[in-house]
Amino acid sequence: MSVEKRDPHTGYLTTGHDWNGIEELNTPVPKVIYICLGLAFAFALIYWLLMPAFPLGLTYTKGLLGVSQHSLIDADLQQAQTDQQTVTSKIATLSVDEVRADAGLMHYVRATAVPIFGDNCAACHGIDAKGGPGYPNLTDNSWLWGGDADAVLETLRVGVNDEQHDDTRVSQMLAFGRDGMLDRNALLSVVTYVQSLSKPDAGTVEAIGAGREVFAANCASCHGEKGAGSIELGAPDLTDSVWLYGGDTQSVFNTVYNGRTGVMPSWEARLSDVDRKILATYVLSLGEAGQ
Amino acid sequence: MISGLTLGERQTAVCLSLALLVLGVIFAGAGQGDPLGVHGFIIAAYAVVVMGAVITGYYAPAPGADRLTQYYDDPTKFGIIVAMLWAIFGMFVGDWVAWLLAYPDMTFDAAWASFGRLRPVHTTGVIFGFGGNALIATSYHVVQRTSRARLPDQLSPWVVLIGYNLFCLLAVSGYLIGITQSKEYAEPEWYADILLVIVWVTYFLLYIRTLARRQEPHIYVANWYYMAFILVVAVLHIVNNLAVPVSLTEAKSYSLFAGVQDAMTQWWYGHNAVAFFLTAGFLGMMYYYLPKRAGRPIYSYRMSIVGFWGITFFYMWAGSHHLHYTALPLWVQNLGMTFSVMLLVPSWIAAGNALMTLNGAWTRVRDDATLRFMAMAAVFYGLSTFEGSFMAIRPVNSLSHYTDWTIGHVHAGTLGWVSMIVFGTFYSLVPWMWKVERMYSRKLVEWHFWLAMAGTLIYVFAMWNSGIIQGLMWRTYNDGGTLAYSFVDSLVAMHPYYIARAVGGFLFFLGPVIGLYNILMTIRLSRETAGTGIAEMPVVALKAGE
Repeated sequence: MSVEKRDPHTGYLTTGHDWNGIEELNTPVPKVIYICLGLAFAFALIYWLLMPAFPLGLTYTKGLLGVSQHSLIDADLQQAQTDQQTVTSKIATLSVDEVRADAGLMHYVRATAVPIFGDNCAACHGIDAKGGPGYPNLTDNSWLWGGDADAVLETLRVGVNDEQHDDTRVSQMLAFGRDGMLDRNALLSVVTYVQSLSKPDAGTVEAIGAGREVFAANCASCHGEKGAGSIELGAPDLTDSVWLYGGDTQSVFNTVYNGRTGVMPSWEARLSDVDRKILATYVLSLGEAGQ
Repeated sequence: MISGLTLGERQTAVCLSLALLVLGVIFAGAGQGDPLGVHGFIIAAYAVVVMGAVITGYYAPAPGADRLTQYYDDPTKFGIIVAMLWAIFGMFVGDWVAWLLAYPDMTFDAAWASFGRLRPVHTTGVIFGFGGNALIATSYHVVQRTSRARLPDQLSPWVVLIGYNLFCLLAVSGYLIGITQSKEYAEPEWYADILLVIVWVTYFLLYIRTLARRQEPHIYVANWYYMAFILVVAVLHIVNNLAVPVSLTEAKSYSLFAGVQDAMTQWWYGHNAVAFFLTAGFLGMMYYYLPKRAGRPIYSYRMSIVGFWGITFFYMWAGSHHLHYTALPLWVQNLGMTFSVMLLVPSWIAAGNALMTLNGAWTRVRDDATLRFMAMAAVFYGLSTFEGSFMAIRPVNSLSHYTDWTIGHVHAGTLGWVSMIVFGTFYSLVPWMWKVERMYSRKLVEWHFWLAMAGTLIYVFAMWNSGIIQGLMWRTYNDGGTLAYSFVDSLVAMHPYYIARAVGGFLFFLGPVIGLYNILMTIRLSRETAGTGIAEMPVVALKAGE
């Protein structure tokens, strides 16, 4: 049954095998294949000689170049640090305001801060830094914890209500409704009063009057007698048009009823001093652009 | 299909499904309050369906002794249909997650609809559901024809198919309810893994036994590949899934390996799953159906040998290229990289051998969409193996790793190579199996081919673009020596490509929908002509069955 036949198309003989009608030609392996195999093996051999390649019990062949993964990455990091050294060392020694006054440095700060902000801050504050419900807008010059360079740097360093950091800024608004400190009428009137601070026609004169008394007794200790807030306590200014959690009646009611404890992580352990300074400088420049 | 089984086989089938039912009930009871209990119910329900099917046909007249003079093809027919159903399901979920990546809010706030759960449903559905069933079904067909021997018994091919599909079902349903051991392409938990071991050993023995009964002096190359696929997948599956269950009544288990050793084992498994599941098995398919359809002899027997041993030897070392620039020691990475580069040569030998086989049949490639499927598959096989070796080179990998380029590469392989060789094979095999002259509609095959081509190209080009852009954005530095883009910036840049990918995927998904319709209509056609279309080559010297 093993009869070799000549294939008329290629001119090669078959192997004489036949599997359910399938035959095979006995075509020799083209030379180019052996050449390619040789080249591929030569490449591998050279690579094995130069680089770490084969295990030897507890150790391995180190390769003639003496390269390790650690030496490679260390060299890369060293190079990057050298490249940045001149600029970063300047930023490290200058104050934020001095950096802001230097156009060349500010060019560097903007280019560097945008990706740092995008990777670390944008998840809450938005890629445009305009925030959202519960997350402050960083471009509007309204600051919960102060808008001077030192205050922003400190907020970045310690965070807000972050249990991971010993020096964290702490601020909590009590749950006046849920914890039974105010009854429903008192809640509704104080909501109307708070709204009237930025919008005088928010409710009837009586409701606003009643709310004013509730406010003086319960809220003024943090938000101030006039509702202008307190930077020391991180209590928002209630007289401006900026609303962290929304300014409609339902939102303000929810805030007073349930209280609020916003959290911002501390960045001291995750970003270097220079990176935090770059971020603070960048964020402050956003407010400037917004004016 | 039950009527083909002997009375003894029917009895064993009832006993086996009864045992499965008991196992399911035990799991359902003991695993109460754990996801394992849900799987107990699924196993029990599956056993009831299987038992019902056997009992329904139980009193059919016993098959005559003349069955032993014919090949046993019922399991192949079943496997083809099931593979097509898995293709539709798996590709539908694939396109779903593609849209989910473009519009990440599309999860309905439900845990099961999150990307992390749906993605393995897609990969398991297409790789194991579609690919696996196609491999099993065709291997039964090929091994009988090329050995001129009937399968040694009629029950084990069914045990393999039924058990294997239960494994796939447990896998896919498990992901949705949160069962996973978090190993890519090896997500199912310990009990499903044990089931697969039993199935796979049965499959291995079935194949070996058939080969042992062969009437041909030589073992055809397709069988080498199928054999490598079965043997190596068994080894990979067992080693990578070594784990200790938290308890016998809970689904959760912990891997025997830890840290970087676990990662290395996983990617030794993962890459060789690509090698021996998605490559060796389908090369076996190609080596039978391509020359058969083209009516040409294999171009070079010698190239088959060099290619086979090169592929099986080199692939085994290549897995560590998935862990470049990680905690894995550099010497392991270097070994993986160099073997991946050498691997290109035998891969191209196999692709070249296939394409050279078509010499003398190119006019048929032009006219016959079925053969064209297989020809394009060989081209995509060559392309994606080149790409794979290229991406395994460490500096290239530092750009491509963790980007969509990897996804594009995988889909060039799975859509272009694996799916196309299967569709070409099925369109050849279905008329042979149901004994009709040709597929119900040639035009629909043509439509399927162009949908598959368009889908693959759109998909792959979208992912090449997005992957390379992504890789570059992650490593671009500004003048000051710091990164120029944030991660979010790269996501925004990906968005249009993600939409393009989802569109390409949808076109590809339409293919198997049309294909299944065409296959079902072909079967109907065969019923109308009562299977008198063509007679298969007579099986003269078939060895007696049991």
